[in-house]
Amino acid sequence: MLEARAALLAKRSIKAVAKQAGIDLLISCLDLTTLEGRDTPGQVRALCARANAPSPGAPPVAAVCVYSTFAALAHSELADAPVKVAAVAGAFPSGFSPLELRLAEIRAAVAGGADEIDVVVDRGALLCGDSARLSAELEAMRESSGHALLKVILETGELGSYQAIRRACDLALEAGADFIKSSTGKIPAAATPSVALLMCEAIREHFRRTGRAAGLKLAGGVRTTKAALGYLAIVKETLGPGWLHPTRLRIGASALLDDLLMQRDKEASGAYAGSAYVATL
Amino acid sequence: MTLVPTFDYAPSLESTPVEIRERYGHFIGGEWTASGSGESFATINPATEQTLAEVAAGDAADIDRAVRAARRGYEKYWRKLRPGERAKYIFRIARALSERSREFAVLETLDVGKPIRESRDFDLPQAAAHFFYHAGWADKLAWATRGAERSRPLGVVGAIVPWNFPLLIAAWKIAPALACGNTIVLKPAETTPLTALLLAQVCLEAELPPGVVNVVTGAGRTGAALVEHPDVDKLSFTGSTEVGKEILRATAGTKKRLALELGGKSAIVVYEDAPLDQAVEGIVSAIFFNAGHVCCAGSRLLVQESVHEEVVERLRARVETLRHGDPLDKNTDIGAINSRRQRDSIIELVRSGVEEGATLVQASARFPERGFWFPASFFFNVAPTHRIAREEIFGPVLSVMTFRTPDEAIERANNLPYGLSAGIWTSSGQLGLYTAQRLQAGVVWCNTFNQFDPSSPFGGYKESGFGREGGVAGLREYLDL
Repeated sequence: MLEARAALLAKRSIKAVAKQAGIDLLISCLDLTTLEGRDTPGQVRALCARANAPSPGAPPVAAVCVYSTFAALAHSELADAPVKVAAVAGAFPSGFSPLELRLAEIRAAVAGGADEIDVVVDRGALLCGDSARLSAELEAMRESSGHALLKVILETGELGSYQAIRRACDLALEAGADFIKSSTGKIPAAATPSVALLMCEAIREHFRRTGRAAGLKLAGGVRTTKAALGYLAIVKETLGPGWLHPTRLRIGASALLDDLLMQRDKEASGAYAGSAYVATL
Repeated sequence: MTLVPTFDYAPSLESTPVEIRERYGHFIGGEWTASGSGESFATINPATEQTLAEVAAGDAADIDRAVRAARRGYEKYWRKLRPGERAKYIFRIARALSERSREFAVLETLDVGKPIRESRDFDLPQAAAHFFYHAGWADKLAWATRGAERSRPLGVVGAIVPWNFPLLIAAWKIAPALACGNTIVLKPAETTPLTALLLAQVCLEAELPPGVVNVVTGAGRTGAALVEHPDVDKLSFTGSTEVGKEILRATAGTKKRLALELGGKSAIVVYEDAPLDQAVEGIVSAIFFNAGHVCCAGSRLLVQESVHEEVVERLRARVETLRHGDPLDKNTDIGAINSRRQRDSIIELVRSGVEEGATLVQASARFPERGFWFPASFFFNVAPTHRIAREEIFGPVLSVMTFRTPDEAIERANNLPYGLSAGIWTSSGQLGLYTAQRLQAGVVWCNTFNQFDPSSPFGGYKESGFGREGGVAGLREYLDL
């Protein structure tokens, strides 16, 4: 049922004004990301500039997402901008390092000016059934994040079954995650419509039971406007219009912005510009 | 909060053009012919109440001409053809259906009122799949009939199909009939004849020999004439249990073989260990697919008492998200009700539910002034004795009841004269199997619903009828074994 429902929603026909609104909403919900071993201060500065002003007339993105060591730089680059700074911390992308070190990294990123912290869960703990330890770790991370938002990456592509993914969602939400996030973007298996729907269902259930509205972040593999609009449909029809806002929905991506801007121009002008006319990084 | 654009779907109407003639005759012996009586009737678009076309009203003389044409087609061409050649014709029809699927889908949606998403993604691919599947069988029948001393076609088949899946159910009957070497006279439902007539045109263009497929349009008396015609060898009827019983009486003592696929009041059993979010999606698909105009619709929900409130709460929220409206809009989930008569019958039964004390929940949909509509609805606090728990509503209305133990669920599920389909939701494999083995239903779906494939037989228990359609079991129904 999950896959059938997700496929149906991802095929919703989104045209004309709905497409225009959807594109701007997607830009507003974007976590523009660079998470590479070859990241440099120059690269991060360019990312910040683009995040704040993607294209004439286009809204700024929600946040930039960088390694924790670049949080301070991004913070100063975006001092006057509405764009938030999200930092991955806690031994991204494996999560394998002593808890104290992971917590220290989180505290350092927050001290450096990160508004949001993206951490990975220890998939090993999930798969071997050590959920008590995982819960305790996540609660500690939530505490170390202080006033920053905590986004918990489940790396759903490594969990092996929808059941395990749903368990991970429930556990992270229970531990106080502000957002649950699908993927690191570091493995080929990334966000899929079915996983997005499953995560929405977990958030909906958590909201129904506790009244706390957690957010959803989809990351990894979302490269086209068409796919991203499909995710909007999934969120809209599962969680409701209240979730169509950067405070509750994020898309983590780097290449997606290029296509969004290209489609945005096309909707406005009626014709596609060459890819050379869309500034990329 | 940052100001962000409001995101809602803009209307997205399917625009594929389809040519609809002003008037249609019968398709008999490979030709379009007027009714002997000259009478005709209008077929309308139930979403707008506008007339789509005038269609010939068949009488006993028209049926007689069609049966004679089918007999001639059988004796002169079809039974003599090498099976591999029969297969080629059936493949041709299958390909034409695939290539012209958008056109067929639009026409089906206009005439039935069902959402274009369903006619496009379900009716048409399934109809084409039935022709492809049976084309493959035409020259391999020996494998389907192993153990039988002989296998021959039956001769002339009379097929009467309903208005809920007009093209698909026609395909269910035409494809195996032709594959097995029979010829056929098809009587589409009074309110939905157009795709059958377009299919006749496809048969003409595929150069099918004259008389192999014949279509006679009309209402109940046209169907009755087909049932009573002495030279029909087999009748395959899909429709109401009431008419099915009449057919059974009318054909008693005749040579006619019979397959009846009739009404249902299918039960879905939801155990407390089920993944409830998925179960609710399954329930929604079971009852609101084609606005509940499905003979195997899961219209009775039996929920374990411990999760009853949770399920009702989830259903209430989910029903509100269903998109009602223009059937031609690609984002519509629930379209129009096929006829005023059907809409009135739904209203009457829903009223009885309220009067008998059940609690009604309805989606807050707004409808245009014209057309026949009914919002997605469900009842809880339903007693097994209420009419809405026993009678087929054939509309988007679900009745929710509770049970305490597996055996009680099974007893309640089986406690009606019907037995077409059933659904089970549980995380326990053994509980699923225990239940499935004890449910009296032709199809039992576990942790899913409405899964169809031409290779899988479909049919009923008890007063939901007999005979199977699809698969080897369905194929054998069209052979003299």
